[in-house]
Amino acid sequence: MSTLTDPPKEQFRLSMLLYDTRYRSATIQVIAMFGFMLLAAWLINNTIINLNTLGKPVAFKFLGETAGYDINQRLLDYNNQDSHLRAAFLGLLNTLVIAFLGCIAATVIGVLVGVLRLSSNWLVARLMTIYVEMFRNVPVLLWIVLIFAIVTEATPHPKVYRGVETGAMVVTNRGTYIPEPLFSRSLGDIHLFGSSPLRFDVSLDLIAILVVLGLSIFASIKMRQRADHIQETTGDRPKTWHMRTAVIVLPILVLLIALGFHLGYPELKGFNFQGGTHLRNSLIALWLALSLYTAAFIAEIVRAGILAISKGQTEAASALGLRPNRTMSLVILPQALRVIIPPLISNYLNLTKNSSLAIAVGYMDITGTLGGITMNQTGRELECVLMLMLVYLGISLTISAIMNWYNEAVKLKER
Amino acid sequence: MKKSVILGAMTFAGLAAGAASAGTLDDVKARGKLNCGVTTGLVGFAAPNANGEWEGFDVAVCRAVAAAVLGDSNAVEFVPTTGKTRFTALASGEIDMLARNTTWTFSRDVDLKFEFVGVNYYDGQGFMVPKELGVSSAKELDGATVCIQTGTTTELNLADFFRSNNISYEPVPIETNAEAQQQYLAGACDVYTTDASGLAATRATFDDPSGHVILPEIISKEPLGPLVRHGDHEWGDVVRWSLNALVAAEELGITSANLGEMAAGTENPEINRLLGTEGTLGEMLGLSADWAKNAIAAQGNYGEIFAKNIGEDTPVGLARGLNAQWTEGGLLYAPPFR
Repeated sequence: MSTLTDPPKEQFRLSMLLYDTRYRSATIQVIAMFGFMLLAAWLINNTIINLNTLGKPVAFKFLGETAGYDINQRLLDYNNQDSHLRAAFLGLLNTLVIAFLGCIAATVIGVLVGVLRLSSNWLVARLMTIYVEMFRNVPVLLWIVLIFAIVTEATPHPKVYRGVETGAMVVTNRGTYIPEPLFSRSLGDIHLFGSSPLRFDVSLDLIAILVVLGLSIFASIKMRQRADHIQETTGDRPKTWHMRTAVIVLPILVLLIALGFHLGYPELKGFNFQGGTHLRNSLIALWLALSLYTAAFIAEIVRAGILAISKGQTEAASALGLRPNRTMSLVILPQALRVIIPPLISNYLNLTKNSSLAIAVGYMDITGTLGGITMNQTGRELECVLMLMLVYLGISLTISAIMNWYNEAVKLKER
Repeated sequence: MKKSVILGAMTFAGLAAGAASAGTLDDVKARGKLNCGVTTGLVGFAAPNANGEWEGFDVAVCRAVAAAVLGDSNAVEFVPTTGKTRFTALASGEIDMLARNTTWTFSRDVDLKFEFVGVNYYDGQGFMVPKELGVSSAKELDGATVCIQTGTTTELNLADFFRSNNISYEPVPIETNAEAQQQYLAGACDVYTTDASGLAATRATFDDPSGHVILPEIISKEPLGPLVRHGDHEWGDVVRWSLNALVAAEELGITSANLGEMAAGTENPEINRLLGTEGTLGEMLGLSADWAKNAIAAQGNYGEIFAKNIGEDTPVGLARGLNAQWTEGGLLYAPPFR
């Protein structure tokens, strides 16, 4: 028989916060947190007091004032009588354009170079090594300036084309003009947000095209699934390629004809070419430099990802009779993606943040409008820099979220 | 972004420092050096010469202030600033004064919390185009590509001018005068616009200055002058009266050649007061009695500085025009020293 006694109830004493290992780490963290918040509060308080002494209290009213300056690359309607907020919004769109174009180009070039660097062809592999090392080891600002200098110095002045028959595409030292899509029976635009600074026009033509294209692709996928199903049950795969091509091409063709689609070509009028889509040299230089620079990093990530897949996988695939390109696309790349995606995200973020170097070539991104001219004309340094930081934080977190979602989708599913 | 963050951090740190220190005058005296913001390089106004020494019209103002305060016209640290960085540099206390072809406007004076101490050059915005373009008026520039220094009043004037004349243009924003010059010469823009004096100075450095014309339209008033932070009135007075001393010296006929003679005492009481042999003007400013003498000794009086750096005998070749003394039909008018 044994006697059960309750263990003595331990009383909590204050000294235990320091001497009891159960509580000590919490104590330290609370103190550190407190100290950090004190420091932050002191900094913020000091800034606010000093700004008030200077007669410039923190305020965002300046955003509603007339900007008074022009922006060359405008995705939406804007004139110099619009507000600073509208100018910042246009700058933001320009940032997004360069980030979007840059990420796509960098990925395409990066994957290509990464795969080619593993090529058994000595010359190709070495050339790719030189490319990667050159771009990775020189600051991106220098690449931007160099490429800008090349595109402005090496291209002809518009006056060279005077009296010359120009084709669909014209390269000048102010930029490259490409044909623009025009619709003679356009459906018009939807005007979102009325006349607020964030007003936004969406072309109905574009929406119609996207909807039709989406439906066509959906139909095409359904046909493939039906073919798969028939193949699984009967063993015979019906021929579907002609039907699938037709279902994608025909509806869009009909729609384009209905909308009166035609191309507008650039024409030399006065000082410059008018008409067509104007890709300014600043955009081209920034786009090329950022994509080539980031592609060098992506190439290394892709190479590392491919090398991370054991050779046994390739051998097993060959043993099953898969051809080398099928091995790459069906066996190696899907597994390599798991290694590639996480570092790829950080490269996308880097590219987006590096796009703030745009002012070096006069590309009016958000750093150029809100963080440049607006800041300078209104003298609201703190407010503008804070807003800029928020914007970049927002863009980066969005890219992160999208890519993490994609990563979830491709990563190894363990059940 | 990177630059903005650095600037922001500088503002942040500078504001903290600015509040702690008392007066700029005491700071400059304690430091033994004047921090003066100038352009990154505009021949005639502020540019380093072959020996790496800064010289020019704006530089002379810095040197005169340094001589008045410290007795040494070489005790200046020149801080090159762009159109974009100049105000942050001044507001943050990185520089004590800014002498950088800066236009005196209402919002800069009132809203940006600066103090313009006077005008050292009356200017206006002009346009420069290559002669071969055959343009004779700015109103013919419809559709032209225009190079413009970003963060300047010229950017706003340009927008106003084209809007009021109902013609279009394509702005190419550029950070510094040197880059603008390169872009303009490369033909990446048809027109370069900035203050007419700046255009003349830029054209002076071209291989073939005669191949470019400055159009007759002057589309704005650009009174350029040195400025200091708002609120420090003692320091503002020092800079204001150093500039006035240079202007008054020309009016009173004090030149670097006869300065020693005049400083020994003259019949004219205003000259005596200015040069410190009579009265206590220097003491009132918190400077030595010979402050104005030192300021004038640095580079001569206003007229001499003008002639040496941007006058008609220099490559920049600007006439005095509005910048002549009021006695000769110009706008220069120094208040009395008494």
